[in-house]
This record gives sequence, C-alpha cells and structure tokens, in this order.
Amino acid sequence: MNADDRIGGYRRISRREFLGLGAAGTGLLLLAGCGGGETGGGGPVTLNALFMKQAAYSDADVKSMTEQFQKQNPNIKVNLTFVAYEALHDKIVAAAPAGTYDTVLVDVIWPAEFASKKMIVDITDRFPESERSRIFGGALKTTEYQNSYYGVPWILDTKYFFYNKEMLGKAGVAPPDTWEAVVQAARALKSNGVVEYPLVWSWAQAEALMCDYATLLGAYGGQFFDEGGKPAFNTGGGLQALEFMRMTLDEELSNPASTESLEEDVRRIVSQGEAAMALNWTYMFALANDPNESQVAGQIEIAHTPQGPAGAPGVNGSMGMAVSNGSQYQDEAWKYIEFMTSQKVQNQYAELSLPIWKSSYEEKEVVEALPQVVPVAREQLNDMILRPIVPQYNEVSQDMQVEIQRALTGDKTPKQALDDAAKSVESATQGY
Amino acid sequence: MARAKARVGGAFRQGRIALILLLPSLVVVFGIIVYPLLRTLYTSLFAVNSAFPGRYPFVGLGNYLQALERAEFWGAILRTAYFTFSTTFLEVVLGILLGLLLNVEFRGRWLLRSIVILPWALPTVVNGAMWRWILNPEYGALNALLTQLHIIPDYRSWLGTPWMALNMVVVADVWKMTPLAAFFVLAALQTIPRDLYEAAWVDGAGRLRAFFSITLPLLTPTILIILVLRTMEAFKVFDIIYVMTRGGPANGTQTIAYYTYVEAFSNQLFGYGAALAYIIALFILFFAVIYMRLLRRGEVEY
Repeated sequence: MNADDRIGGYRRISRREFLGLGAAGTGLLLLAGCGGGETGGGGPVTLNALFMKQAAYSDADVKSMTEQFQKQNPNIKVNLTFVAYEALHDKIVAAAPAGTYDTVLVDVIWPAEFASKKMIVDITDRFPESERSRIFGGALKTTEYQNSYYGVPWILDTKYFFYNKEMLGKAGVAPPDTWEAVVQAARALKSNGVVEYPLVWSWAQAEALMCDYATLLGAYGGQFFDEGGKPAFNTGGGLQALEFMRMTLDEELSNPASTESLEEDVRRIVSQGEAAMALNWTYMFALANDPNESQVAGQIEIAHTPQGPAGAPGVNGSMGMAVSNGSQYQDEAWKYIEFMTSQKVQNQYAELSLPIWKSSYEEKEVVEALPQVVPVAREQLNDMILRPIVPQYNEVSQDMQVEIQRALTGDKTPKQALDDAAKSVESATQGY
Repeated sequence: MARAKARVGGAFRQGRIALILLLPSLVVVFGIIVYPLLRTLYTSLFAVNSAFPGRYPFVGLGNYLQALERAEFWGAILRTAYFTFSTTFLEVVLGILLGLLLNVEFRGRWLLRSIVILPWALPTVVNGAMWRWILNPEYGALNALLTQLHIIPDYRSWLGTPWMALNMVVVADVWKMTPLAAFFVLAALQTIPRDLYEAAWVDGAGRLRAFFSITLPLLTPTILIILVLRTMEAFKVFDIIYVMTRGGPANGTQTIAYYTYVEAFSNQLFGYGAALAYIIALFILFFAVIYMRLLRRGEVEY
C-alpha cells in the first residue's frame, strides 16, 4: 500500500481491500499462534498463571513478585489471573483440556484428583530431595500423591486461634487454651454483655467448613477414615466435634451467621469487634490489626489452636504451584514456580504468608515481619491434620458439608447427619 | 419445452446460490447447536470422569438411571419446582399490577417507566451480589431497615438456613424479573381498544368488573407468553444461585442446574452431568409442549 492508501488519508477502503486486510490479519494471528509453539528455548514466551483471590499473599504481592521474575527473565512474560478460592477448582478443571493455564495454584486436597486424572505434571525429577528436605513436612504433603510430587508448596498455612484480648479482659477471663475453656470464656463474654456472639466460624457450605471441622475432629481424636478406608467420622471424635459445633450454636455462643460465612466474613466480623474468638488463616493477623481494615486494631492476638481431649492440631491448609499438563512451556513454567517458591522471595513477602522453608523461621527478615506469629507458627506448623487424600475428595467434602450443615441448622441430630454423610461418602469413594 | 427447461435450470441455479448463501449459517447452527447437543448425548452414555478426551467405559442409560435413583437429584428437582413455581407466580401477579399502574396516565410516568426497567437491565451477577450485600447478617441493609422500623427485634441471618435462603433467592429473582413481565403486560394493555371499556361503563360495569371481564381475558395470551418464558428460564436457574449462595446452606438452594454443574465440573463426573443436562432439557421440553398447546388455544380476536 502506498502512502495515499493509508486510512489516515480518509480514502475509503474498498470491500475487496477490507476483506484482504481481514484475511491478512487472521493470517498474522495464526502465525503468531504457531510461532509461539515453535520456540521452546530462548524466544519470548507468555505464561498464563492462575492464582486465588483471598487469604495468604495478596494480589498486589503476587504481582510484584511476578514483576521481579520478569525483570530477571526478560524473555518470559506472565499473565496473572485471580479467582475466588471457591471458583479455583472448577476453573482449573474447565481450563485443563484447553491448556489455558501454564501454572495453577492447587490446594492440599486436590493433588490426588488432579494427579490421577493427569491434569498436572509429575515434577519429582525437577524437585530433588536436597530441596525437599529443607521444606516443612506439612507443606510437602500439599503436592505429594503416591510418593510423587506434582508441584511445589507455596503457601504454608493453617488455621490459628485468634482472640480479642480487650474483650476477654472486660469479661475477666484469661486467654483460653482448651476448647473447654473457649466455651467457658464465651459464656462469660455473653453473660457479661461484652459481645452478643463471642464466637464466629466459617461454616458456610464450602471447603472452609471442612477446615474448621477437621481442626475440631483432630482435637477430639477423631478420624475421617479407618484403616480399611471406611468412613469413621461418624463415631468418636468426629461426632463429638460436630456435637461441639452444634452446642455453640444452640447456646447462642456462636454467631448464627456462621452457617453462611467464609473466612473473609469471619475476618470482617472479628475486625468490627463483633466476635471475640475465631479460627482463621495467618493473613487475618496482619489485617485485623491494621487500623485501615479493622476497628479493633491492636487487640487481636494469635495462638495455637486450643487443646481438645486428644490434641490441638491445626488443619493443613497449604497450597502449591503446579505445572499444568496442557502447558506448551513446561520449562518456563517450572522456572516461574521455582522463583515464586524460592526462599528469597518467600522471606521478602512473609507478612501475609509464612515461608515453606524451615530455616526461614530463624531469619531476621521473617521473624521481624511477624514477631507475634512466628513463634506460634513454629509449633503449630509441626502439628497439623490433613483432610482425606482421595481422588474423589470433592464429592466426599460436599457430602460432608451438606450433612454437617443439616446438623448445624437443626434439621438433623449430629449423629444422624454424620451417619448419612458416611453412607454417601462410602458410595462416592467406591465409585460407580 | 425449452422454456420449462430454462425454468428448471434457473431453479437449480437459484437453489445452489441459496445453498451457498445459507452455508455460513448452516455451519454455525451445526457447529454450535447440533454438534454440542449430539456430543452431550454421546457423553451421557459413558462414565466420563475427566475433562480430557479418552476412552471411557460405556454405561448405556446407567447415568440416567443413577440420577433417578438419587435422593439429591429429586431434592434438587423439588427445589427447582418450588423456585420455578413461586418466582413465575409472583412475577406474573406483580407484573400485572405494575403493568396496570404504568398504563395509568399520571405526571412523571415516563420517569417511573424508565426506573422500573432498571432491575431487569442489571446483569444477574450484579443483582446476586447486590442482594447478598442487602441480606448480609452483619452489615446488610435489610437487617438495618427492619430493626429500625421495629419489625424484627434483632439482626437475622437471611441466607443461613436452607428454607429462608431459598425464599430469599426467590425474592431476588422476582425483584429482577418482574419488570419484564410488567412491560409485556403494559404493551398488551396498550393494544386493548378503549371503546371496549367505554362500552363496559355504559353497561354499568365497575372497575373490578371491567378488569376481570375485559382486561384479564385479553391479557391471557401475553400472560401465557410470560409464563412460558419465565418457567423455562426459572427451571434453568444457575447464575443467581452461584452468586448468592453457591447452593448452600445444606444444599437448601441447590437447583437442578446447579446440581448438574457441581457433578460435572466440581466432581468431574462429566458423563453423569451430561445425563442430568439432558434430563433438564426433557423437563423443559415437557413444559414447552404444554404451553404451546395452551397458547394455540388462547388466540383472541377483538
């Protein structure tokens, strides 16, 4: 085309030229698409990475980590997508056949499913024992399935016990360290009129409910499955845990909104000073004590989960980064994961999510970022309970969520609900 | 003879041109409607448990039978039926009342007409998020309003129990879809000739009598159309549930479409999900046939 033909010259483009332009454009797009596929090595590469939008690292943290990575690797560009945790699993599933994302963030409960369906890549060879031994055991479990590794742990987290020290002080009770004491403290807070509902939980029909239930099940010495792989949560500690939950609602010690709340709701309610005690992830500590985010800044303390008759485990809520099977650029994706999970980067952003690396907890940078949290974390992170590792976990979890909620909303007794849950879980894990 | 031959040739040429011209739309129709439909039917006959293509065991109608055996399926159908019936009923009744109001001459009617259409213009996702905020137990507007008017003594959890949550989703849907019904009614009202009413006046009929003897019968075809549209839409309800409650609490708001989604995408039982999708389609087809018959009978002449 000569200069006179340019669109800027206000010359009308004929239809044939227009079609030609369209065809040329399409051709270019196709070329670009193909060109991308051919360059495995040095050429510019664009990765698509899927992350979640709540708890642990904030969107801003992930963006600034990624910018650092791009500066070090000018040939790799990373597009970030953030979705709510509740949408993350289904997004990974729906995008898997198309290979939309090169790296995905996977929760501790998914590797069994994703690995057995070959959605994420076995990276055991790239992830040597020398590296693994420097990582917390609980974190490593996040991406392990049948003795292989399907990703690198990135978020090492558990639900801690948070309390509002000023409220407890007003009611004249000491910070509780057993669930028994939590109930007594809650009764005192309620009868003294300090707060109407001393406890709030994330008991909506979601994975958050399973996290709280697992914590209590562990404290009461229950088990999800027995040795033979049959559901065992409907007896002993599993049943006592649900009875405890129901009792706190019946006595109106727990906020009735708990059955529609997620972790973020818990954080907001605690931050508004409308609850005195709650379980939540590490990230709540910084935010609930941030005057911009909270009306009770400076009053929220973090502690080991309270003791039950059988112990005080925290639920393992770690997450890892995995390379998706459909990715065209698995080497580059691995490079990105290596960077994001590296000790240096994790130490730098420790405030909202603690590193997976054992030695980080001795480092000034980390300890000073969260002086109150690190000592608690060092103990709690060695005392964690896992949710069941089965490929059908999603179904198991949904069946349990529904029945637990039926007990919480008064439809069924805890025993009846868990018996019914055990029945459907058994048929789900047997397959059809 | 020669003429006839030319005509045949012409028709043939025309037919070919028509075919060429229709080709793009045929490709589109087959590509995005017929192919997925058949593909889903095919999938529903296999125990597909992953999103990847591959070999899966053939189970025949096993997925369909399994659905019919499951309590969760029937629970979801019942909830969907309740949702469909109550939203459609409320939307039609409120839609008629609103339509009548908007048809009356008064000052600022144009303003009211434009405001009323707003809820319908909102994307469902926005509507769902908005109602979730309104119904929030801690800082929601509804709790504040009702306690300040002393209608309820203290804050309630609106989405925290199954039955209440289902009804709240109904409220949100009715709020959004009533304007559509109202505008259908309004359009129909404007086609009813005034002299019918004048004749009724002369015969000494009051307003109520005129409404039941003239307005309502003449609105019947429109009401039927609203019923058809809304029943089918409501039966497939998904997005507002996804945003407001995600099917909870205790599956109390899990409708059949949501159940299908969960089984297919969360549990990766794509074969079972495809079977459920076909069952939904059959239900809707059933409604469609009934309504079509009613509609054909409901033709009115002035």
